[in-house]
Amino acid sequence: MPTTLYNEPSPLETKVLSKRFGLENSHRLDTYLAHDGFKAFLKARQMTPEQIVEEVKTSALRGRGGAGFPTGLKWSFVPRTSPKPKYIVINADESEPGTCKDRLLMEYDPHQLIEGILIAGLAMDAHKGYLYIRGEYRYLIDHTDRAIGEAYSKGYLGKNIAGTGFDFDLYTHSGAGAYECGEETALLDSLEGKRGIPRMKPPFPAVAGAWASPTLLNNVETFSAVPNIIRDGGAAFAALGTPKNGGTRLVCISGHVNKPGVYELPLGYPMLKAIYEVAGGIPGGKKLKAVVPGGSSCPLLKAEECDIPMDYDTLAKAGSMLGSGGMVVLDETTDMVKFALRIMRFYAHESCGWCIPCREGTTWLRKILQRFDDGGGRKEDIPVLGEVSKNMLGRTFCALGDAAAMPTISIVEKFREDFEKRLAGASRASELVTV
Amino acid sequence: MAETVKLTINGKQIEAEKGTLLIEVARQNGIEIPAFCYYQNLSLQAACRMCLVEVEKTPKLQVGCTLPVAEGMVVHTDSEVVRQSRKGMVELLLTNHPLDCPVCDKGGECELQDMTFRYGLGESRFVERKQHVDEEQWSPVVYFDRPRCIMCYRCVRVCNEGLDVTALGVGNRGVVSQILPNFHDHLECDECGACIDICPVGALTSGAYRYKTRPWEMHHVGTICTHCADGCRTTLGVRNEKIIRGNNRDSSGINGEFLCVKGRYAFDFTEHPERLQSPLMRAGGRLEPVSWSQALEAVAKKFIEVKQGSGHFGVIGSCHTTNEENFYLQKFARQVLGTKNVDHHRSGDLATLFDALTDRGKVLATVEDLANAKAVLVVASDLAQQHPMLANQIRASRRLRGARVYTVTPGPVREDKNAVASVRVQKGGELAGIESLRDKLKAESDLTIVFGDAIQGESLRKLIAFGDSLGLAVKYICLVDYSNSRGAFDMGLIPRDGGLSREQMLARDLDVLWVVGANPLKEVRGESKAGFLVVQDLFLTETAQRADIVLPAASAYEKTGTVTNVCGEVQKLKAAINVMGPKADLEIMGLIAREMGPAAVRTLGMWLPDKVFEEIRKTVHGYDVPMPVVATGGAAPTMPLNGRVAALPGSISSAGDTLFTSGTLGRYSKVLNSVMESPGALYEEKGRHS
Repeated sequence: MPTTLYNEPSPLETKVLSKRFGLENSHRLDTYLAHDGFKAFLKARQMTPEQIVEEVKTSALRGRGGAGFPTGLKWSFVPRTSPKPKYIVINADESEPGTCKDRLLMEYDPHQLIEGILIAGLAMDAHKGYLYIRGEYRYLIDHTDRAIGEAYSKGYLGKNIAGTGFDFDLYTHSGAGAYECGEETALLDSLEGKRGIPRMKPPFPAVAGAWASPTLLNNVETFSAVPNIIRDGGAAFAALGTPKNGGTRLVCISGHVNKPGVYELPLGYPMLKAIYEVAGGIPGGKKLKAVVPGGSSCPLLKAEECDIPMDYDTLAKAGSMLGSGGMVVLDETTDMVKFALRIMRFYAHESCGWCIPCREGTTWLRKILQRFDDGGGRKEDIPVLGEVSKNMLGRTFCALGDAAAMPTISIVEKFREDFEKRLAGASRASELVTV
Repeated sequence: MAETVKLTINGKQIEAEKGTLLIEVARQNGIEIPAFCYYQNLSLQAACRMCLVEVEKTPKLQVGCTLPVAEGMVVHTDSEVVRQSRKGMVELLLTNHPLDCPVCDKGGECELQDMTFRYGLGESRFVERKQHVDEEQWSPVVYFDRPRCIMCYRCVRVCNEGLDVTALGVGNRGVVSQILPNFHDHLECDECGACIDICPVGALTSGAYRYKTRPWEMHHVGTICTHCADGCRTTLGVRNEKIIRGNNRDSSGINGEFLCVKGRYAFDFTEHPERLQSPLMRAGGRLEPVSWSQALEAVAKKFIEVKQGSGHFGVIGSCHTTNEENFYLQKFARQVLGTKNVDHHRSGDLATLFDALTDRGKVLATVEDLANAKAVLVVASDLAQQHPMLANQIRASRRLRGARVYTVTPGPVREDKNAVASVRVQKGGELAGIESLRDKLKAESDLTIVFGDAIQGESLRKLIAFGDSLGLAVKYICLVDYSNSRGAFDMGLIPRDGGLSREQMLARDLDVLWVVGANPLKEVRGESKAGFLVVQDLFLTETAQRADIVLPAASAYEKTGTVTNVCGEVQKLKAAINVMGPKADLEIMGLIAREMGPAAVRTLGMWLPDKVFEEIRKTVHGYDVPMPVVATGGAAPTMPLNGRVAALPGSISSAGDTLFTSGTLGRYSKVLNSVMESPGALYEEKGRHS
């Protein structure tokens, strides 16, 4: 395990979840215990499940996986008193291009995550948890297993945790390399050993999730925030952000910036400040062209749309999403056709194939974009790109189709001139068009 | 009446049962919501997105096939945005579709073709190369053409949920995902063809049918399958006096869409090269072709001669011939030849059943009763092998209506997987096995007991006593082997009043043994003991080979008449094709009577199926069935329980056919022989139900 951080922290950060990141052996249980570790769990043990859920509601924490659903509300949906076993499932299938924060939380501070899971277990009366880690994070599975082993050996997992009489078992489960399995119901199918395709909803996982039992499913970052909320109070966490957008989040800034990296910023942090100050601005003093605000499935913002605070509601108003925190900065030299192609290659490769619009739509968009990029673009292809995307938007089985359609629609609409610049002569087009 | 809700579809006020799926409500009210993946009685997929409709006050289009109707819902199925969405879906469906309709088996009856005409764009806006995958053959009867597939998963579901075979799955992902067989490159399954049948496009095609015709060049004849006793309706596709296809897409008949490998493919014996074309007569120790008149004259002469002499006749009838033929034959034997020696291969103890249940009312279950049963007890039979349609009904009852299934069998059976309790018994231990379930069965609200040939005589009476002791409504199905085994019994092809049984006839030196549509000498070595052997059959069977005269008979697909299935339901056969050479058994018998003289004809009456059936309705116990039901292709239950039935001599045993055999007849089906698997292989060897 690297003992050094991937990027230098910025003094502008508000370090809550990542406050132990720089410490030596930050991933060890001893270090965690020496820095507030498991205080929140012991506190939560004294609370009723309702109080725990209420505290999470007060924190205005919203799901960090991408959809931004209020976490406390989600927790309140799980029928605690159901006679069936309840499960906690942790989504560590961090696959959204541009997002790379959950890995740091698991790498540098796995016990914070474990504590968050235990608190959720208390609140849900659940005694089993499954940490679903994407297959590409092979090293992290071993790393997390070691942390779990450490927690077991010191009595922070297993029977009678920390002498409180609460039992909880936590298991890691490896994904097999499918973006789709980050969708919560596909993840559950995959966890159950089935082909990873999304399920029909309702029923939602809260009612019938893993093995048809009530299941609480949240992102790694969401669970990692929980100990801080319980320890310092929901109100304190909420106060870090803006109304309805509680706390801080780990923003992964990549692309054309001088200091790419993961920075913990409070919700509502100004986007331009994040780019120019936290991430050190654009290399060579080039102009900003566009920003992917929260992972590749978010509609792009043009440079002039970026002077906004980064919270869920403002981004939604701007026609995009805060998503999973994967912010990609694109400077003026970026070729948006290439960018659209790169995104669509990903989605065409990752479409699970279950429903028609996503399965066929992503592939055919990729083919058209590929031809465009190869210099065979035709004028009539431009509206087709938009129309096919719109036919996917909101009409596919799960959100993967939307994820592919949204950035494409925004790119075609906002950067049409990039496509027009790439139009080929008729002869070149027919050469590349294979009928 | 369940709670109802009021909703509006396309401005039309509709009242519907709360919770019904929107697509169903629309269909019931004559409004089409197109769909590929939605299929009644199969699990919901919401994969094809054709059924997207506009529901007011919802932000995006809604999936009609998964949306339960709710009070005040306002739905538009034909708005601009819905039409545009469907166009988009069809366009995407066709992007990788080869559009090879002119050479595709499905062309003309293809749902994708219909949808494209109705909802599609005129032409594609995509110019890139389509993805091609070579066609695969998965079994002798199943071919798969991936490019034509639209991934609606109907085949996967019908195999997993309907048949409980799980031979198909989905592999890969995204645009290269595809339907895959369970054993990498081939299927090990029932070969029932349900996957082909249910495929909305030409992705799954039948090895028996492909490239033989265009759908509109056939005419379709709905008749009853001639193999096992379940009595499935199969609609035969006929072109140029050849049967090319069997299916039941219109769900007519007691089997719905279900057909097994036999009903779907095993009609091909009709054109087997060894099919007898003309009568044969033994001359100089060899069977030589003769004319019909020569043969009939010789038979009649012999019959008269023996009748006037010793009178030692023996008559063995068939489990495949029609009720009319069976009735005519026993009447011929009793009233013209004057013999009581009449029998057929009995495979279930109907005599004891009818006797023990006499005057009980409706305690013999029909297929519909089985479908509605709350609990089913399967005793000593592997239904999935021997009675595939009954097995299918039980599966459907369990899956759709929560029926509870119990099994008491010597070996593992498919029903075990979803059974409440399964008991393994040695032969003879069935009743003890059933007794062990007493407490569980007592708790049921009703019960249908389906039992095989191991339950006969005293055990059968004990079984009924057990049923009586449960204190609930119990119905029975006595399993018999073939398409008209039940009818043969009911029509009186039995050695009552002291006649000789089948075994006894074969053991005696009779002067004449007349075998109609049976192969009793199959397992007998050496010459026939009978002085003179007359055989009516389709093929030169082991019995026919030893005959003195062989008369070529028409099959069930070549004649009209009625048959009675295992549950005692009378159904009508309809001739699909005409054959040159062979004659229907009824006609053969009539012609023999005519040769014997006017007195015989007067006794027997005209050899017309309708005339004979009229007589059956008047004289046979329980056969006074409503004519309109039978005439219009329905299944009319008989009521045979009135009066005591005397015990009969001779043994009762099932021929033990599997899903892939059908007695002597099955040997002449190329398809059955090509797909044959060892019985039980589906469960035992693969350890599916360990």
